[in-house]
Amino acid sequence: MKLSVGPLLYHWTRPQVFAFYRALLCQPVDSVYLGEVVCSKRRALGYAEWAAIARELADAGKEVIISTLALMEAESELAALGRIAADAVTIEANDMAAVQLAGGRPFVIGPHLNVYNGKTLRLLAALGARRWVAPLELDPPAVGALLAERPDGLQSEVFAYGRMPLAFSARCFSARARRRNKDDCGFVCSEDQDGLTLYTREREPLFALNGIQVQSAQVRNLLGAVDELRESGVDVLRLSPHSTAAVPFASVIEAFAAAVRGEDGAQCPPSALPGGYCRGVMREQRR
Amino acid sequence: MPEQSAVELVCPAGTLPALHAAVDNGADAVYLGLRDGLNARNFPGLNFSLAEARRGIEYAHARQVRVFVALNVYPQPSRWAAATAAVDAAADAGADAVILADPGLLAYAAERHPALNRHLSVQASASNWRALEFYQQRFGVRRAVLPRVLSLAQVRRVIERVGMEIEVFGFGSLCIMVEGRCGLSAHVTGESPNTHGVCSPAHAVRWQERPTGRQARLNGVLIDEFAPRESAGYPTLCKGRFEALGAIVHALEEPTSLSVLDVLAQLLAAGVSAIKVEGRQRSPAYVAQVTRALRVALESCRRDPAGYRPPAGCAATLERLAEGRTHTLGAYSRPWQ
Repeated sequence: MKLSVGPLLYHWTRPQVFAFYRALLCQPVDSVYLGEVVCSKRRALGYAEWAAIARELADAGKEVIISTLALMEAESELAALGRIAADAVTIEANDMAAVQLAGGRPFVIGPHLNVYNGKTLRLLAALGARRWVAPLELDPPAVGALLAERPDGLQSEVFAYGRMPLAFSARCFSARARRRNKDDCGFVCSEDQDGLTLYTREREPLFALNGIQVQSAQVRNLLGAVDELRESGVDVLRLSPHSTAAVPFASVIEAFAAAVRGEDGAQCPPSALPGGYCRGVMREQRR
Repeated sequence: MPEQSAVELVCPAGTLPALHAAVDNGADAVYLGLRDGLNARNFPGLNFSLAEARRGIEYAHARQVRVFVALNVYPQPSRWAAATAAVDAAADAGADAVILADPGLLAYAAERHPALNRHLSVQASASNWRALEFYQQRFGVRRAVLPRVLSLAQVRRVIERVGMEIEVFGFGSLCIMVEGRCGLSAHVTGESPNTHGVCSPAHAVRWQERPTGRQARLNGVLIDEFAPRESAGYPTLCKGRFEALGAIVHALEEPTSLSVLDVLAQLLAAGVSAIKVEGRQRSPAYVAQVTRALRVALESCRRDPAGYRPPAGCAATLERLAEGRTHTLGAYSRPWQ
């Protein structure tokens, strides 16, 4: 079993981004996903700077995969996708446009492609998929049921730690919360390093707003399910980046690395984000 | 089989009486779902048995109205056999098309029933021409329903780029998230469109009277509280009031309906093949009124596109039937985004 670090879902400052990936160089993760999944307007780093980070990670022995947008509407977004797909990189496809452009080369099925049965899995494998990241809505037993039908050679990955991406819209909710619209957003999402927590009127943390994406307020933490996931055939566990204000991410990696090595009693540090930890896609699922 | 109209008015039929209402009031096509959790309106008391579907198809075809069967679920392994059997049944019953979202099911339908029209459901989240091209090339999809995330200009460009029919939503409840990529309901109730064909399911709804007002809860979670005399809407998660940055607001969207009445001429000029009405969960009376209003508006627009104004009677009818009695253009209008 291996560990991956998922794409950075938030709009961090340049120093934060550089510091995060520099720290990863010496940490026990096998794959690192780079690239923007949420909003094409975000450009904290230029393409050349991302490429430099990718080279450093690759030199440190990490497999680098470029994640692509989950909601693609504009011609400019398709053009940017075309440039990424033309590079000799492995992409994580989060929209069928990316599968179409990957053109038979190896790619990763991202968590935002709806793959719920063996027929779909085999179809995408025949088009070049070599790894499948399960949709967030599939709980570990459902992932296991689907893995029983997977084609030979297809790896599987599960979102194991982080605030869960739940929905995408044309509307920017981070801007709306500040009475702005998307065309005049002022990149206010950069004020929310781990998303903007949305509470019910009873102050219960429910969702987190992250640009056009809505996440769970709760952080999914599958540390306690590592053995179950391994037994059902899951190959890779994905840890989704969070800021140092939320959690010491290096300690999260270390805890999962220990669990993957089969050590008993590994513990994640508590999350400072409102909502705490949950196990499945449901907010109240604690076990 | 009925001929296809230039621009089809596609109306919802949750039950046989609703199908009759749509057909009798000017629908060019109706869409319906089969029972047993095989479509995105998996509600109690809704949907068709196979025998009912046959009767509905017979009734519609006798009046030159086409019938589409929505099988827009993502079947997991335990439901795969039931889903493919439903595709077979729809073909056998003489449906004019099946509306599918799942790539595996699309492949199955293309292999087993090549002559049966395949429409791409909005649940497939295909929001750009490259994705649409994928479904067209791989599965011979003839028509696609666009997610409610594109601006009017983007709809126009998609139609210019793809050689397939494009259907857009014209009226009804407004999903503000990309369809097929929304798990808000899963997070709160464990059931969502992708896994159970439902959003904010009725069995999870509880209304509670409190001194401060009327509370709407979904699986125990407070979605909104309404002051006395304030109109209380169904607690759909994206229409709730929540606290963001210290203020109680409709952080995602207000309770409102989508209506394209004001931009009908632009949509027709863009080349859409069909206008879809949401609402298989609605009553036959609602379906009748919405169908009639949109039929009148479409005819008015077709007679004189340049001079089109929403007919006053239609606007009033749709306003009265809209959620919260207000409507929006949603993402068709850039400032909404």
